[in-house]
Amino acid sequence: MARKIILLLSALLLQLILLAQDNKVEMADTFRSNGKIFVVVAVIVTIFTGIILYLVRLDRRITKLEKNSINP
Amino acid sequence: MNKWWWKILCIILLLYTLTAGLLWNNVPRVPNLQETIRNLYFHVCMWFAMMILFTASVVQAVKYLRTNDLQYDIRSREFAVTGIVFGILGYATGTIWMSYTWADPNTPTTASFSQIAKEPKLIGAAIALLIYFAYLVLRDSISDIDKKARIGAVYNIFAFAFLFPAIWIIPRLLPSLHPGGEGGEGGNPALNYKDLAPQMRTVFYPAIIGWTLLGVWITSLKVRMRFLKEKNLIEQWPEK
Repeated sequence: MARKIILLLSALLLQLILLAQDNKVEMADTFRSNGKIFVVVAVIVTIFTGIILYLVRLDRRITKLEKNSINP
Repeated sequence: MNKWWWKILCIILLLYTLTAGLLWNNVPRVPNLQETIRNLYFHVCMWFAMMILFTASVVQAVKYLRTNDLQYDIRSREFAVTGIVFGILGYATGTIWMSYTWADPNTPTTASFSQIAKEPKLIGAAIALLIYFAYLVLRDSISDIDKKARIGAVYNIFAFAFLFPAIWIIPRLLPSLHPGGEGGEGGNPALNYKDLAPQMRTVFYPAIIGWTLLGVWITSLKVRMRFLKEKNLIEQWPEK
C-alpha cells in the first residue's frame, strides 16, 4: 500500500516538473512568487464566508418559523 | 437547519474551489487564455449549476402534472428562479471573460464587439434565458392558482426542451469562438475526457458539485419560505 502511494506521489510530482518547464506562455508567475495572490484569496474567502454566514442565519430563522407554524 | 450535512459539504467544496482554484499552480499554460483558464471553476460551473437546477425544475413540473399537488408547483418555480440567477451569472462572467480573450487587441473595441456579438453561443444563451424570463412572467401573471400551476408546468417543459437546441446544438453547428463550436475541437468542452487537462479535473468536478449545492440550498430556503406563506394551499405539510 505504502509503495503504491509513493509511486502515485512520484508520478504526480513528475507531472509538476514537466509542467514547470513549459514557460513559453506568460502566466502570473511573479504574482504567485511574491505571495500577493494570498491577499486576493483572503479577500475572496472573507466575502464568501460572509455570504455563507448570512445564508446559515436565514436558514435558522426559517426553521424557527416552521416550528412555530406547525405547533403554535 | 434540517439535514445539514450537504450544506457543510457545499461550504467545504466551495472553499476548496476558491482556494485551490486560485492558488494551485498546476493549470496548463495555454496561449491567449493564460491565467484566465481558472475561470473554468467559476464561469463554466454557473452553467452546469443552471442546467441541473432547470432539470430539477422540469422534474417538479412533471410531478405536479401527475399529482396536482401544489407543493411541486412551488418547488418547480423556485428551482427555475435560482436557475435563472445562475444563468445570468454565467452570462455576465462569460461577457467579462470573452472581452479579455476573444477581443482582438489590434482593432478598435467596437470592431471586435461586432465580431463577438455574432457569436452563436451568446445569442443561444440569451434566447434560452429570455424563454425562462417569459416563464416567470406567464406563470406569475395568472391569478387562478390551479391554472397558474398547470400552464406554468407545461410551459416549463417547453422551455426546458428549448434549452437544448438553443445552448447545446445550434452553437455547435455554427462557426464559433466559444470552445465546442464548428472549426474548433468540437465535442463537449470541459466535459470531454481527452480535452480537459487531468489535473484541472481535481478542482473542476468538486466545483460543479459545490456551486450546484449552493443553488439547491438557496432554492430550499425560498421553497420553505413559500410553504410558510401559502401553507393553507398545500394539503399536507411536506416532509423535507
